[in-house]
Amino acid sequence: MPYGPHTPDDRAQMLAALGISTVDELFADIPRELRASPLNLPPPEPELELSARLSGLARRNRVDMASFLGAGAYRHYTPAVVDQLLLRGEWYTAYTPYQPEVSQGTLQSIYEYESLIAELTGLDVVSASHYDGAAATAEGALMTCRATRRERVLVSRAVHPDYRATIRTYLSVGGLVVDEIPLVADGAGAGTTDLAALEHMLADESKPVAGVVVANPNFLGLLEPMAEVGRLTHAVGALFVSVVEPVSLGVLLPPGGYGADIAAGEGQPLGIPLQYGGPYLGLLASTEALVRQIPGRLVGLTKDLDGRRAFVMTLRAREQDIRRERAASNICTNQALLALAASIYLAAIGPHGLRDVAALGAARAAALEDALADAGAPRLHPGPYLNEFAIRVPDAAAVHRRLLDRDVLAGLVLAEAEPEDPSLADGLLVCATEVTTEDDIDRFASALRAELRKTDRLPAVPVAGAVAS
Amino acid sequence: MSVTGPRLQPVLFERSKPGRGNGKVPHPPKDALDRVPSNQLRAAPPALPELNEPEVVRHYVNLSQLNHAVDTGFYPLGSCTMKFNPKLNEWAARLPGFAGLHPEAPDEIAQGTLQLLFELEAMLAEISGMRAVSLQPAAGAQGELTGILMIRAYHRSRGDVERTDVLVPDSAHGTNPATATMAGFRTVNVPSAPDGGVDVEAFRAALGPRTAAVMITNPSTLGLFEPRIGELLSAVHEAGALGYMDGANLNAILGRFKPGEAGFDVMHFNVHKTFSTPHGGGGPGAGPVGVGETLLPFLPWPRVLREPDGSFRRERPGERPTSIGRLRSFVGNTGVLVRAYAYIRAHGTALAEVTNDAVLAANYLKQRLAADGSYDIPFGRPCKHEFVASSTSLRKETGVRTLDVAKRLIDFGFHPPTVYFPLTVDEAMLIEPTETESLETLDAFADALIEIAAEARSSPEIVTGAPQTAPVRRLDEATAARQPDLRWRPMTGRQMPCPD
Amino acid sequence: MVPADLRYTKEHEWVRLEDDVATVGITPYAAEQLGDIVFVELPASGASLEQFAPFGVVESVKAVSDLFAPVAGEVVEANQELHAKPELVNSDPLGQGWMIKVRVADRGQVENLLDANAYDQLTAAS
Repeated sequence: MPYGPHTPDDRAQMLAALGISTVDELFADIPRELRASPLNLPPPEPELELSARLSGLARRNRVDMASFLGAGAYRHYTPAVVDQLLLRGEWYTAYTPYQPEVSQGTLQSIYEYESLIAELTGLDVVSASHYDGAAATAEGALMTCRATRRERVLVSRAVHPDYRATIRTYLSVGGLVVDEIPLVADGAGAGTTDLAALEHMLADESKPVAGVVVANPNFLGLLEPMAEVGRLTHAVGALFVSVVEPVSLGVLLPPGGYGADIAAGEGQPLGIPLQYGGPYLGLLASTEALVRQIPGRLVGLTKDLDGRRAFVMTLRAREQDIRRERAASNICTNQALLALAASIYLAAIGPHGLRDVAALGAARAAALEDALADAGAPRLHPGPYLNEFAIRVPDAAAVHRRLLDRDVLAGLVLAEAEPEDPSLADGLLVCATEVTTEDDIDRFASALRAELRKTDRLPAVPVAGAVAS
Repeated sequence: MSVTGPRLQPVLFERSKPGRGNGKVPHPPKDALDRVPSNQLRAAPPALPELNEPEVVRHYVNLSQLNHAVDTGFYPLGSCTMKFNPKLNEWAARLPGFAGLHPEAPDEIAQGTLQLLFELEAMLAEISGMRAVSLQPAAGAQGELTGILMIRAYHRSRGDVERTDVLVPDSAHGTNPATATMAGFRTVNVPSAPDGGVDVEAFRAALGPRTAAVMITNPSTLGLFEPRIGELLSAVHEAGALGYMDGANLNAILGRFKPGEAGFDVMHFNVHKTFSTPHGGGGPGAGPVGVGETLLPFLPWPRVLREPDGSFRRERPGERPTSIGRLRSFVGNTGVLVRAYAYIRAHGTALAEVTNDAVLAANYLKQRLAADGSYDIPFGRPCKHEFVASSTSLRKETGVRTLDVAKRLIDFGFHPPTVYFPLTVDEAMLIEPTETESLETLDAFADALIEIAAEARSSPEIVTGAPQTAPVRRLDEATAARQPDLRWRPMTGRQMPCPD
Repeated sequence: MVPADLRYTKEHEWVRLEDDVATVGITPYAAEQLGDIVFVELPASGASLEQFAPFGVVESVKAVSDLFAPVAGEVVEANQELHAKPELVNSDPLGQGWMIKVRVADRGQVENLLDANAYDQLTAAS
């Protein structure tokens, strides 16, 4: 066994102390008919061979393309200091800080995480932490039902499809209803949440609304009229859940700035590798009024017997290990190490660095928009965006596949992500961040131009009102 | 008494000085945000601390040293399986091909990860005796929710909508009843038998046409194998209900007991426990779920499939309409699953030896304490990977409680065991040594517990005043909960000054 | 040990009846068993209570416990001071730590609760 310390003598000594001759006797209480069939697994693999196997598998993935894929997970530059610090065993081989006297490192780091995310979101209570953006958003939706004692949640169709699916799964029980708010079909607001429809849905007094969930930027990269959504939501006594992308909060108005009661989102852009979907970091924050409704871990500042400042898990009686069947959520294991990564990232990059990252992404995206429009793929929607937008490409899925052969990962095929929305049938969702280079943009634009010429199906002129410059 | 701890650190915000930092990314062009409407922009950057890298490094290195961790010492936290975390696994998860792969990468450029996930599913199915495995759940508790939602979907698919109850033994992890509630069920707590095991008769009495599922941890949270589990599962199935196994204690049964073969319909794995993906200070974990034939159609999507040509792909949206749907975005906590894969391949068939050594170590430690007699050992029969000791007699004799013993262990350099759980044993200590601790460590820990009991008799104030050598002493948890201070507020003066 | 002019329940609530209004709290024994109380969740005025049904929740640092209505009736007042100072339940459980006042539907329900002797016997046994 690769990591076991026992010599044959050690085992013999332990067996002797127990007065038995083989370890099998310790399993005599498993009835014969319940004993396992032999483990049909490969033999143990020495580290040399295993490391070669793992390297080989990793090499079968292609991660060297010019990538414009975002759609909820984003490539960013992570300062080297983040991973260097995360690799300290004192962080990653500890567990939940149940014993605060020997866990002050983890506890203080969580308190700092809460403080950093509170600054980013403009909301005072930050739960540390949830599985990912989707699960955190679903928990946020559940919070609105508990707090208002109402049973209907409205979710914009421009919230990430995985998040909408997760909300449906979480709320599918206990009589909770999820209705989707349609998007504006055309004109300047195309692709954003339809406020008139929202107002109409909120007005239905027979089905009072607990919460309204809208993302900014939304799944299509567009900026939403969040302040308006907040006003309409609060007018009927419902709560407003804002789904955010944290790097964007380096420049965009924070949820607390436009009246959101709850912010949820994906913390992955804060120094966490893409790693095919996880582990990521579910951000969840709320106003102080909702502190008893927010699920997950909270760490507070207190003092020890000698009056020293110290940190401790608090409001624990909300959690499953104490409240059991009456707990607000069953969450136990969380994403503490990722919250630590996000904190170190924010500490290393600082407020001005975060602003620069967000603004660089916007600048690169503007250059990308111009280059792609020039190559024959204009934007699909006219409204403002930060660093992600949809383009119109005829036969998008086929073009996307062919661009892979030219070492370009041309974003997300929207028809595959949103098959029920015909307006997105020709859409590719593309993004740029500070790691997107001019060379990448050139490669994408020239490859796309070549593909579009080859198919000889140049798209129609840009939609009316598009910001094509 | 001094109010300065030797290594306590100011919070990040106290280290901030305007103008520090930068140098990580280039400055954007001045017109970078010109296309963004000004009413969407914040007036000033968020009030994050401004720090330079050397300070950030000192801050986090010094903070890390306030933690007890598996890498620093023995961590016998019952039900958490704090075993050694192999360093190869950390290396593997950081390989650029794994770490840099976007979750929406087309299948043809993600074949390495998809193959790894496919093989991992197959190995977990073999280990558990289950038919298939979903790798999507992000943690054990989400795995539980997945399992219970599948059970709900199964009953509904048969038009059976009257099943409202989930039966849970009173010794269960808190996540079990919390999960049942989250999934829209009513929890029925079933008392344990006097020997600590499930009370099959009590379960029989509680089973009926309203029972949707029974959630069992085997071995139980007392570290005891449930010998009547086959009988119980038959009764569950006769009542039309399904059996859920909480896999938290899988480290005790690798190669000895396969839940799927015994008749469980669904179980979750805690890969951060059994397969040693690290605990990360609270997470991340991953909570794959294995199912038998009955629940196969209801697994969350997307699953990873192998095509006839040997390539791998993700299930497409809507491909399997019976699925319960998604629990989270994307495929799962892949980075954690890479580590679990590496762990399982490193051991292969030797996983059975992991269990042998874990169970041997727990029984040896239990025997050492039983022979001394200072602590009660409520259940005498052989335990599995963990066991319960109790300070009930010690408390009667000396007034020293389990909490005090736990805190005193800190002064001896050990992390305390899980205390006051399970709820069914007074003054409980749940001790799980794992297979990666040496005989010397086990003996030193037993010696420390025995010495603490002697202290409790001779000078109890040493024990009740512990810890003395930790970075801080016992904390005022009541004030922390009554007047929660959950974030740093620069300039309010509400907070205590930095202790240095 | 406990005051003779009050009535008690097996769930460790006390009741003081004045005219048709009963003041309800938890006993010193219960407060001690729970430890440092950090939060009390109480019903709003006007809520109607069934006898022996849960009417609120009390949380300590590491435990949470339901509060059970000793009598049926309508809540006329909840102790608002407990929001800011839940520690009053520990420091003065029979006085400032009271929880709710209930307009009693049936005074006979109070008469049938435990008297001080019976309650003392109950706590002595546990």
